[in-house]
Amino acid sequence: MNPFQYEQSLEVDSSVDRVSRAPEATFLAGGTGLLDLMKLGVETPAVLVDVRRLPLAQIQELPDGGVRLGALARNSDVAQHPLVRERYPMLSQALLAGASGQIRNMATVGGNLMQRTRCAYFRDTATPCNKREPGSGCSALEGINRGHAVLGVSEACIATHPSDMCVPLAALGATVRVKGPQGERAIPFADFHLLPGNTPHRETALEHGALVLSVDVPALPAARHSLYLKARDRASYAFALASVAAVLELEGGRIRQARLALGGVGTRPWRASGAEQKLAGQAPSPEVFQAAAKAALEGASPRAHNGFKVELAQRLIVRALTRLGGRS
Amino acid sequence: MSSKIIGRPMDRVDGKLKVTGKAQYAAEYNPPGMAYAVIVQSTVPRGTVLRMQTSEAERAPGVLAVLTPRNTPKLPGADKFSAVPVLPRLTAMQDSEVLYNGQPIALVVADTFERATYAASRVRTTYVEKAASLKLEAGLERSEPALGNFGMPPPGHTRGDAAAALAAAPVRVEASYRTPTEHHNPMEPHASIAVWDDPEHLTLYDSNQGVFFMRQFLSLLFGLPPDNVRVISRYVGGGFGCKALPWPHQIMSIMAAKVVGRPVKLVLTRQQMFSLVGYRPQTLQKVELGASAQGKLTAIRHTGYSETSELDAFTEPFVNVSNMLYACPNVATSQRVVRLSASTPTFMRAPGEAPGTFAFESAMDELAHALKRDPLELRRLNHADKDPEHGKPWSSKSLLECYRWCAERFGWQRRSLQPRSMRDGDALIGWGMATATFPAFRMQASALARVMADGTAVVQCGAADLGTGAYTVFTQLAAETLGMSPEKVRMEMGDTVLPPGGLAGGSSTTATASPAIRSASNEVRRKLVQLAVADKESPLHGLAEKDIVVEDGRLSSSQDTARGETFAQLLTRQKLTHVEGKGDAAPDPAEQKFSSHAFGSHFVEVRVDEALGTVRVSRIVTAMGAGRILNPKTARSQIQGGVIFGLGMALTEETLRDPRLGRVMTADFAEYHVPVHADVPDIDVHFVEEHDPHVNPLGIKGIGEIGTTGIAAAVANAVFHATGKRVRELPITLDKLL
Ligand SMILES: Cc1cc2nc3c(=O)[nH]c(=O)nc-3n(C[C@H](O)[C@H](O)[C@H](O)COP(=O)(O)OP(=O)(O)OC[C@H]3O[C@@H](n4cnc5c(N)ncnc54)[C@H](O)[C@@H]3O)c2cc1C
Ligand code: SF4
Repeated sequence: MNPFQYEQSLEVDSSVDRVSRAPEATFLAGGTGLLDLMKLGVETPAVLVDVRRLPLAQIQELPDGGVRLGALARNSDVAQHPLVRERYPMLSQALLAGASGQIRNMATVGGNLMQRTRCAYFRDTATPCNKREPGSGCSALEGINRGHAVLGVSEACIATHPSDMCVPLAALGATVRVKGPQGERAIPFADFHLLPGNTPHRETALEHGALVLSVDVPALPAARHSLYLKARDRASYAFALASVAAVLELEGGRIRQARLALGGVGTRPWRASGAEQKLAGQAPSPEVFQAAAKAALEGASPRAHNGFKVELAQRLIVRALTRLGGRS
Repeated sequence: MSSKIIGRPMDRVDGKLKVTGKAQYAAEYNPPGMAYAVIVQSTVPRGTVLRMQTSEAERAPGVLAVLTPRNTPKLPGADKFSAVPVLPRLTAMQDSEVLYNGQPIALVVADTFERATYAASRVRTTYVEKAASLKLEAGLERSEPALGNFGMPPPGHTRGDAAAALAAAPVRVEASYRTPTEHHNPMEPHASIAVWDDPEHLTLYDSNQGVFFMRQFLSLLFGLPPDNVRVISRYVGGGFGCKALPWPHQIMSIMAAKVVGRPVKLVLTRQQMFSLVGYRPQTLQKVELGASAQGKLTAIRHTGYSETSELDAFTEPFVNVSNMLYACPNVATSQRVVRLSASTPTFMRAPGEAPGTFAFESAMDELAHALKRDPLELRRLNHADKDPEHGKPWSSKSLLECYRWCAERFGWQRRSLQPRSMRDGDALIGWGMATATFPAFRMQASALARVMADGTAVVQCGAADLGTGAYTVFTQLAAETLGMSPEKVRMEMGDTVLPPGGLAGGSSTTATASPAIRSASNEVRRKLVQLAVADKESPLHGLAEKDIVVEDGRLSSSQDTARGETFAQLLTRQKLTHVEGKGDAAPDPAEQKFSSHAFGSHFVEVRVDEALGTVRVSRIVTAMGAGRILNPKTARSQIQGGVIFGLGMALTEETLRDPRLGRVMTADFAEYHVPVHADVPDIDVHFVEEHDPHVNPLGIKGIGEIGTTGIAAAVANAVFHATGKRVRELPITLDKLL
């Protein structure tokens, strides 16, 4: 590990100030992602500003019936919170499907949002990787890419965004509240994570030094009937090969609205708006679900080893919709 | 021997030490002045080191030395070492050649681990790259005949005329199977602390599977008399084969300690364990079976390839199970190896048997399907009543009883013959079975037992306990033989100052050391009895030796147990600090008249999600006929652990190297999936009681590896039964079933 300076921060403004003025400084939250990458030599911050003492750990109801998840709320606490379990079961399920109990006890909402890809080339400094070292090339394109993305890929990078938590947040259309050197602002979830394009090293809309304050989840009564399904290589403690977060609201035998987002297959948490449109207004049926699933994977661009994800994700979508459709 | 202590499900004697952190593992010693070493590895698969810039590393804070091929001391015994048949020509920076990606090319020594790690990241290397061989399939044409590992005969066997019998067989199956590279991944990483006590004397704290074995190699390499080398490995957090042979880190820590004149600690990272300490090589196998219309095997042909490195000709001897598992008159098996630009493979739990039973027992299932017969019935029909390879009788064999017990426990008779015929909601259900087998070995060992004046005993044998329970079963054995309570007996292992105790390999630890421990303990017991009857002051004076009973640390008259005295009373009166006995044991040529194997069977139920392809194993019933079971509790854990090892092989474990860089890209537990608890169902283990007077004096067969054999085939067979899809490439991941 590179030598670094460690500072504990007690207020939001000074943390933002400290990090934005030092290009080599970064925030430390639960550390479950960052410290790993530092040990691997992938991240080499000169200064760690520990934000864990900041008053950003609350989970609160918002006036409109939504829920605010403080950036420092632990993944375990969010998953177990009655408001989350009641209003957004898929969010609780997604968190519990991620990592392990110990890691969830450390990991925070902000850190989860900001977590970096698990692409093995990204994590091995001895291999070329555009995300880690812009312009060095993408080893995964012709290398081992079974775990890689099929949606939102570019010739520069095909890495998945690995988060489970972000998948339901994408479906819900959450808002990320951040504080940067220029003050506070709200970023729609869909704009928060960037597509790789030619600049895969740029992953989010945050400028250097901007701190995530909270993720605000909007009121969506229909989300009380929601589901998160995750397919992976072992029964627990593995990243998603494909996952789906789904909300299905039925009214008078028709789908009033649907929300659908995918994990494990996209370069960012993947909202499947096309599929949502295919579902709206239809009477639920296997054919309708199939058509939506197909629409969700439209434009998928697999490589040598990850072609199965296209089929897997579609089957997962149909499974989720069928389960929800049978319930209302 | 009446058994009061042996055969009891005694708790581990070292359990409390381990859970309280008091058991000292290799990396947990802190000799004064210790420095820390970190290995720098190559980043190209094949080439020559052209230049290494080490100045920045050398200037980094706390750095004591940077060793590279240019300044690394030459190993005095390197030539002798590489002359040992099939031993890795170890890449300990003796030259500038790079033979695989991840090869050690430099070593940084500093005053702290963090400083050494940082400085290691500052070493810059340029290479002249050469063409590398990275793909097994691409190397088949230049493959070489397989040699035997360590002087064992090369794998393969011929009897009868398999080609003719295959051509004539009314029923035939032919299929190709593939198993991937797999890594052992013991929980405890490899670790060494080298201490030069003086220029001619070396102490190595090390995590390994046999201290004497390690000492032999190290003394050879460093040109030291064996007595000048002490190797200590008291507790080992798993080995599975990758801690049997020496690897570069032991040698490098020793060289570094010499160079810096301080003790040096070198602990591998998890990532490094994927390139520095061996693996199970990938295999390509072809099995052809011929049978009569009734299902009697008439021909077996089993051939294939395994990968090895440019450094060594290690072979995964997978065809050998086909030589002996069933009665069949015509057999032809052989193997070849392909050298790749890869690190050197090594023994991994059930080397040969694990991938071999996967292919062969899958093929048997395919044959049963072709015959429309029950797979269990097919195996019973072809049961080998004597060893078909050597024509010898088995020293004991309980396979039919294992089948019977498993079938009954599992409810096998309710199985439908037809695949895809059982389901529960989204899940297709399948039942599969396979035979397990592993040979019974033993080596030479010595032991020393001492009863002390305070009424306790110390028993010593330089064998290894890899976490298997060896400390516990040896304590039981010694306690029972000495006539003492096990709480009073302390077992000492894992140190070359103790009597030599063999190598924890080939599931032989218990069979090897037990006879020596027993004879040492018997000698002490005899001496105690003799002392007592000859001592005028003893209440037992004048009695015949045979009339003395020894129990619970006390000698008494068999006529009147009230008449007697404790060991402590006897020794104290005699003014003796202790009474000592020694025991030596070696394989007896008479044992060669028999073939000795453990046999068993696994019956497995899987639930396959039809739409998603995920396989969950929901039930495992395993029976083993594995000789005398000294402790059913630790034995059960061994079988369960072996089965879980096999589940990983069946479903999740696969090491992948980049196709261009030859670099292992699955070098952590997020990429290399070992089974987690949620993957493991209840494993119902049963031992069939065996009394085998021929295998060795105590009737012990090994149980460390057999659990891993057969299990991958049983799972694959169950998956076939569930889905109708035959997966012939491990691991059975969901993409293969979509
Ligand atoms: C073994 C393992 C398995 C895992 N499995 C899964 C899984 O199955 N599914 C899954 O979704 N995740 C998984 N994870 C990832 C895990 O969810 C993340 O590591 C975790 O959420 C990161 O949170 P943290 O608080 O520890 O972040 P840190 O490691 O502290 O930080 C991560 C990044 O976020 C930045 N950051 C943190 N907080 C803020 C903030 N408030 N504002 C701005 N930037 C911030 C940091 O600077 C850093 O760059 C796994 C991780 C491990 C180690
Ligand atoms: S996929 Fe992206 S992260 Fe992975 S090697 Fe290519 S550029 Fe790097």
